[in-house]
Formats: sequence, structure tokens, C-alpha cells
Amino acid sequence: MSSAHVSPSTQIPVLILETTPIHRVGQRVYDSVAEIGSLTEFSAITVSWLVRRWPRWSVLIPSFYAIGVSSVPVVAVTGTFIGMVLAVQAHTQFAMMGLETRLGSVINISLVKELGPVLAATMLAGRVGSSMAAELGTMRVTEQIDALSALGTNPISYLVVPRLLACVLLIPLLTLMADFMGVIGGAVVSTQFLRVDSYHYWYHSRQYVGGLDIFAGVLKSYFFGAAIALVSCHRGFHSKAGAEGVGKAATEAFVFSFIAILAIDFVIGILWNTVYYGIWPDTAGLL
Amino acid sequence: MNGPILELNQISMRFGRQNVLRNLTIHVKRGETLCVIGESGCGKTVLLKLMIGLLKPTRGVVKFDGQDLAGLKQHELAKMRIRFGFLFQMAALFDSLTIFDNVAFGLREHNLAEGDALTRIVAERLQEVGLPPGLEGKKPAELSGGQRKRVGLARALALNPEVMLYDEPTTGLDPIMTDVINELILQTQRTKKATGIVVTHEMKTVTKVADRVVMLYPLARLGPQDSQILYDGPPEGLEESPDLRVRQFVRGEAGERLRELAQQREAVTD
Repeated sequence: MSSAHVSPSTQIPVLILETTPIHRVGQRVYDSVAEIGSLTEFSAITVSWLVRRWPRWSVLIPSFYAIGVSSVPVVAVTGTFIGMVLAVQAHTQFAMMGLETRLGSVINISLVKELGPVLAATMLAGRVGSSMAAELGTMRVTEQIDALSALGTNPISYLVVPRLLACVLLIPLLTLMADFMGVIGGAVVSTQFLRVDSYHYWYHSRQYVGGLDIFAGVLKSYFFGAAIALVSCHRGFHSKAGAEGVGKAATEAFVFSFIAILAIDFVIGILWNTVYYGIWPDTAGLL
Repeated sequence: MNGPILELNQISMRFGRQNVLRNLTIHVKRGETLCVIGESGCGKTVLLKLMIGLLKPTRGVVKFDGQDLAGLKQHELAKMRIRFGFLFQMAALFDSLTIFDNVAFGLREHNLAEGDALTRIVAERLQEVGLPPGLEGKKPAELSGGQRKRVGLARALALNPEVMLYDEPTTGLDPIMTDVINELILQTQRTKKATGIVVTHEMKTVTKVADRVVMLYPLARLGPQDSQILYDGPPEGLEESPDLRVRQFVRGEAGERLRELAQQREAVTD
């Protein structure tokens, strides 16, 4: 319900909206739908600029460096620890069943198919996604994005396309590195500290992990990269004014990217299984 | 061409539930320097952004050189914007680029100069705004407020614009630097023959650079039928304006505003 009141001091009609919990729920739903629409439109415009105009190398290289090269240490450390932790956690159960030598297959298949891509993408969403949202948010509130437009340059073409390319092209490589470091970490802990026989550890790994498994993980990472770039840049572009607004944009960039990563992982998992069972009906291939 | 270079016809602008501009008609002649004055929040910056197509009006038509901006495609709008220079309130220099790259930005993006020619143009523009050589390699964060404003002006002038838009060019500067920026606006007007639109609070800037002044008033304090433009004329006529609000603004007297604030305080206390 709304009613018009007249403020006694100014004699200007003031509209007062009475809100109920139902109004608020409705508003939240409306805002969420509008936000998804806005992100979809933003993504479509970005892809259209990607096709129309390839960014200059002088713009691309700093983005590639910031997103790819600077992320190498954090992704390498994360990957190594995932492998090591998996070995420690799984060893006890496998030892109780006398299957220690199978440890390699479990660690490595988990790494290349699921944990490597998802955790590498999560680390990047935290490191790169938040940073992109904060940088673009600051540019928005200090009118730098308006300045780009005023100079006849499309801000999406100049700011978003290079970041999207860097994320899509480099996150798969970072995923491969996370996989590799995880495999090494898991193998070192298993064979050197937990005394699992090295020959059988690698033998079972080779038996169980194939090129298609690695491909499945890398394929997912392309989508994760695109989601991180688009969600984070969108948050940055729509940042509210002030330090609080920029901080909120950075936080939302990570949270929404993380949700997108998990949702994409789920959807691609289903699609992959459908295709896999379609081609090889007698084999099991849960992604 | 004798017609106005910029035309705003019956412009209204609304953000959410907030009306900022209402039925505004302003025509800017070629070569003239128009100062837009008014209290904070009356829509001066919005007006500038409408002129260059950074914002689209809720209602009304904006024309540049006879062309309706609403009818332009993205690439046509980008091409049109090259004919403008925009000095933003806080200069809006690109943090990640050096001073050289900031000034060279438009020239590079539109392939208008490269190599030695680019270096020469950037050096000339920085010299025109009175910046000493040696700053080219620095980042904007290493400069003072006045230097940043001058780099912003050099960047805006790099493309030899036909229309210069200045958004509060002297805000936050000391009186000496304010005078330097005013002189630079005058110099741009004389040497480049560019049309200028200056949004400002500073009456010194108005008296120094303006050919014509438009004073806007916040919509929140106007009645539904009142015009948002309180004054449109030469700067000399401001003091003699029949409208008390114009005279009070020019003299820097709170007047009516103080009474309104007192009334609001009383209303809250009651």
C-alpha cells in the first residue's frame, strides 16, 4: 500500500511505501532476475566485442601477466597441498583394506577430474576475480570508465575482453599445473612418507587415469575461466560508489564466481556423463 | 554552419524515483563558452554527460551538430565523441597508465598518431598546459591535484576537440592553481576556437571565462510548474537578476536555504 503525505515544512508531497515481508521477498526475487538478465546482456556484449575487435597486445599482455603468471605460485602451492592432503586422508582407509597401492589411482583421478580444476578456479576467483572487480569498481567510481567512453573507446572492449581472454586461455594451463603439482605432492607423501610401493602406485595410476580424464578437467576449466571473468567484471562495472561499494563488488565477485563454478561443474558433469554413456554404454564415467 | 553546435530540447532525466532534470532546453552556439552554475545536486554533471551521450535522457532530444544522439549507432557515437574533450571533476586519469600513455590514449586508440609524431603531440600538449618535461613516465598517483587536472586537460585536448566539457575544473584546488586552470580554459578558447561548457561553483571562473551563464536549481525545491533554469544570460547580468536565489548564489549567501534548514530542524524536533 502506498499513501501520499504532505510534509509540513516543505509542502511537497512525499510518497511513503509501506513494505511487508512479502514485498521484500518479491523485491529480492525481482532484483535477482534483473541481475541475471544484466549479466547475460553484459556477457553477450562482451562476446560481440571479442568477435568484432581483437585487443592490442599492449593491453593483452598485462592482463595475461596479472591473471596467469602472477597466479602460478598460489595455484602451484594449492595443487601440491591438495595432493598431499588426499594421500594422508585416504591412506588409513586404504591400508585397513590392504589396498595402499591403489592410492595413486584415487588421488590422481580425483585431482585431474574434479579437485584440480575446481580448486584452481576457486583460487583464481579469490585472487583474480576479486581483484578485477575491485579494480573496475574503482575505475567506475572515479569516472575512469566514463573517461574511456568520452575518448571514443568502448569500455567493455578495452577492459573486459582482455580479461576474459586471459582467464579463458590461461586457467586451463593453470589447471594442468595444479593437477601436476597435486600428482607430485600426492606421490611424494604416499611413496616417501607413507611407504606405499612406488612401482604399484604409478602402475595403478596409469591403469585408472587416462587422457580423457585429463581432458574432461581441462574442458571444464575453460567454462570456469569465462564465468570468473564475466561475473567479476560485471560486478566491477556495476559497483556502487565509495569504498563500501567497491568492497562489496569484490566480495560478490568471489561469492558469485564460486557459485557459478560449482553450478557449471554440476551441469558439465551431467552432460559429460550423458555423452560418455552414449558413446561407451558399458563403461562407467562419472565426471 | 550557423546553427547551434549543441541542442538540448525538453530534456528530462530521472534516476530511479529521483528526478534530476525537467523539461530543460539549452542551445549552445559554436565558439561560445557557456558556464553552468547551481547548487550541488541540481544536475550540472548529468547535463554534461547527456551532451556527450554518456547518459541517455529519460525524455527529450540531444543534438550535436544537428544529429540526434539517440539515432546514432555505437560506432557513430564513438566517432562523434572524438570531437569532444572532457575534463572530469577529479581528472579521471587511468591509474595503471603513465602520464604519457594517458595523454596518448585517444590518439593511439583511433590510430591518429604513432611513433615520433605521437611523442611530439604528447610533449606539445603537456607543454601547453604548463607541465614541465620529465613527468611523462610517472603514474597519476605521483602527481598533485593541480598537475592531475592539467594532465586531464592535456588528454582532453590531444584530439583537438571542437567542444570542451569541463566538470568543476577548479574544485579542490588552491586559488593560484584555480587561476592557472581558468587561464588554460581561456587559452583553449582563444587558440583552439573550441566551444566550451564549464560546470562550476566558482564565481571567479564564471567571470573570467564565460560568455553566457545558465543557472540551474535543484528540482526537489521547485514547484511542479517552475522552470529549472533560474538565469540564462551574460555573466554581467547575474548581480542584477530579479531572482533573489540567483543573487544569493552569486554572493554566496545561504538566505532562503538557511530558513528551509531551520524549518526542517523544527519539523524533526516536533
